[in-house]
Amino acid sequence: MTVLTDGVVGAPVRSAGPRRPRPRHRGRDRLVRLAFLLPAVLYVLVFFGYPLVNNISISLRDYTTRSFFTGEAPFVGFANYGTVFTDPLFGRAVLNTVLFTVGSIFFQFTIGLALAVFFAGRFPGSTLLRSLLLLPWLLPLVVSGAVWRWMLDADHGVINAALRALHLTSDPTPWLTSTSWALPAVILANVWIGIPFNLVILHGGVQAIPGTLYEAAALDGAGRWQRFRHVTWPLLRPVTSIVLMLGLVYTIKVFDVIMVITGGGPANATQTLTTWSYQFSFRLYEFGPGAAVGNLLIVVATVFGLVYLRSARTTLAEEAR
Amino acid sequence: MAVPGQRRSPRPRTLGLGVTAAVAALVLAACGSGSSSSSGSSITELDYYSDQQGSAAWQQVLDGCQQQTGVTVKRQSLPTDQLLPRLLQAGPHSLPDLAFTDNPTLQQVASTGALTPLTDYGFSAAGYAQSIVQAGTYQGKIYGLAPGVNGLALIYNKDLLTAAGIQPPTTWDELKADATKLTRGSQYGLAFSAVATEEGTWQFLPFFWSNGGDLSKLDSPQGVQALQYVSDLVSDGSTSKSVLTWNQNDVADQFVAGNAAMMINGSWNLARLDSTANLHYGVVPIPVPQAGKQPVVALGGEVGIIPATGDATQQAAAKVLSCILSDKTMSSWDKGHAYVPSKTSVATTFGQQNPEMQPFVSEVATARSRTAQLGDKYAKVSTALGAALQSALTGQQSPQQALTQAQQQATGS
Repeated sequence: MTVLTDGVVGAPVRSAGPRRPRPRHRGRDRLVRLAFLLPAVLYVLVFFGYPLVNNISISLRDYTTRSFFTGEAPFVGFANYGTVFTDPLFGRAVLNTVLFTVGSIFFQFTIGLALAVFFAGRFPGSTLLRSLLLLPWLLPLVVSGAVWRWMLDADHGVINAALRALHLTSDPTPWLTSTSWALPAVILANVWIGIPFNLVILHGGVQAIPGTLYEAAALDGAGRWQRFRHVTWPLLRPVTSIVLMLGLVYTIKVFDVIMVITGGGPANATQTLTTWSYQFSFRLYEFGPGAAVGNLLIVVATVFGLVYLRSARTTLAEEAR
Repeated sequence: MAVPGQRRSPRPRTLGLGVTAAVAALVLAACGSGSSSSSGSSITELDYYSDQQGSAAWQQVLDGCQQQTGVTVKRQSLPTDQLLPRLLQAGPHSLPDLAFTDNPTLQQVASTGALTPLTDYGFSAAGYAQSIVQAGTYQGKIYGLAPGVNGLALIYNKDLLTAAGIQPPTTWDELKADATKLTRGSQYGLAFSAVATEEGTWQFLPFFWSNGGDLSKLDSPQGVQALQYVSDLVSDGSTSKSVLTWNQNDVADQFVAGNAAMMINGSWNLARLDSTANLHYGVVPIPVPQAGKQPVVALGGEVGIIPATGDATQQAAAKVLSCILSDKTMSSWDKGHAYVPSKTSVATTFGQQNPEMQPFVSEVATARSRTAQLGDKYAKVSTALGAALQSALTGQQSPQQALTQAQQQATGS
């Protein structure tokens, strides 16, 4: 944006020729530019800079309930990070976060892509069906979570009832009460919630691929799979990387779904970094370690964000060539 | 944002200043909002009675006391888990003048130094049940007093027990045998909550304490035995494994739906059970390890606190609190909300007038405050104990292993 301002405002001044008040104009121009920047800078400072700095500061202090009123929070260096890293739950929470994120994204993306390709062809009722598929996106997460918790109930849940009716299982699956099933169960719920997002963006990408390419491929004798493999997939790549990257950032920070469905249980089987951070801050009132866990998440998200920006730049450069 | 639009052809400098001013104004407004008024005849009050029935009953109490004291009460009601964050985040300038908080969180709030001792306003703890006074005490000073307390008891479905030909259980052995007998088809013998929050710990404590368990030594033989007993109830199938995800409302749902013949739950559910057609229930104290022992339940209920907001508002808040704690108001509030009056003399009459509340009333005498022993360390121990409960009930660890690990966690830095 600054580049743009520079070109538009700067150019006429230069062409105005060697007139005396130029230096004064220069000064004013700079002020104008700064003024245009100011809202964005202030916004970033107030809503991102301040909380971030504050969170880092809390993570380096012994911050307790007392600190809110007295303002006293002794500096403890990296002790809170030490507490977090040596906690027996740390490995568990990291592993769960990875499994949850990878599992959710894999299924959200594959199912979303399959549906996007499916809806690329027009057929009666396709628009209606597609808008119905958006429904999970429109529901508040707490509502979705509560409904899934009810559906996944081992004794009276509709999912086990359906499995029984189809004679797929004889024993009820202990979705939320077994430490090995609980994580797959919350992933299942989160996949359902995430499909619409993947579907919408990928569908947009699929629509943007010119139909002539498919015709040409068909004339060359490409089958359905080959057309997908050699036309859709490569041309969808920029969209794919955006979807995956945003999906990653959205999924790694998921809190409400897990909190409502299992609350991190049973026996910490679904404890992820987000729920663990909550537990530190609002059950144990240990705000330092809570902030430290939050900062770890920020670092991970930032790293992936940078990776994405870099890959986006190379894609752009490739396209420019 | 509105500022630049209002001025025609803004000059760059003023534009920048305008935005700065607007943001500054916003920030100032955000900081300033919510600060309590300095007028003594009007106070702000904060509570978490946000369910319909409880909220209406509480509003009646406040209305009555407004009339009696002439102090206008501006009420704010929040969901339970938001009250403490709200109090903590308030900072010294936007505290409510009067608040009612869950008794184990009083330690956290009092440790901040934001509260004033109630003895400053002439309140006395004489006549109150000892355990609620302990819960309201931080470092030797009384900061909170409750208009009512609650605890857990065994609520049973009379029809189902009669059909099975059994009397309500009074000991652990009887409870186990009856729960097994009452389990058939999709109906479980017993339901309780072992969810991964404070609710789960609170439901386990009556078993833990009645057997002589000790919060400062979680892995004592008595504690292990209590956990073994509860996890046996789940592993022998007389209690659903879903107790791991049920909160106390879910437990009541299961009981009302006839999926459980007995449940461990609090008195606040009775109104709901009364309003369910064709449900005949009875209440007995929580069964004890051996006949003749007294049940030790954890004490629940909200304590009224007066934050330091300035002399005038503090005095006004004290007037209102004293009205809420008067025998008459206490009695009518507890009747409306199915709590037990915290004053022993009021509770005795109350129990005689409301027989279904009698088991809860009699339990208060031996009930224990969760924070009396540990103060603000309770949060950590409770979380560790809750984790051990879940770990044992899922079969991840034996009760002994689970509690040994919990003890390490609770005492660790």
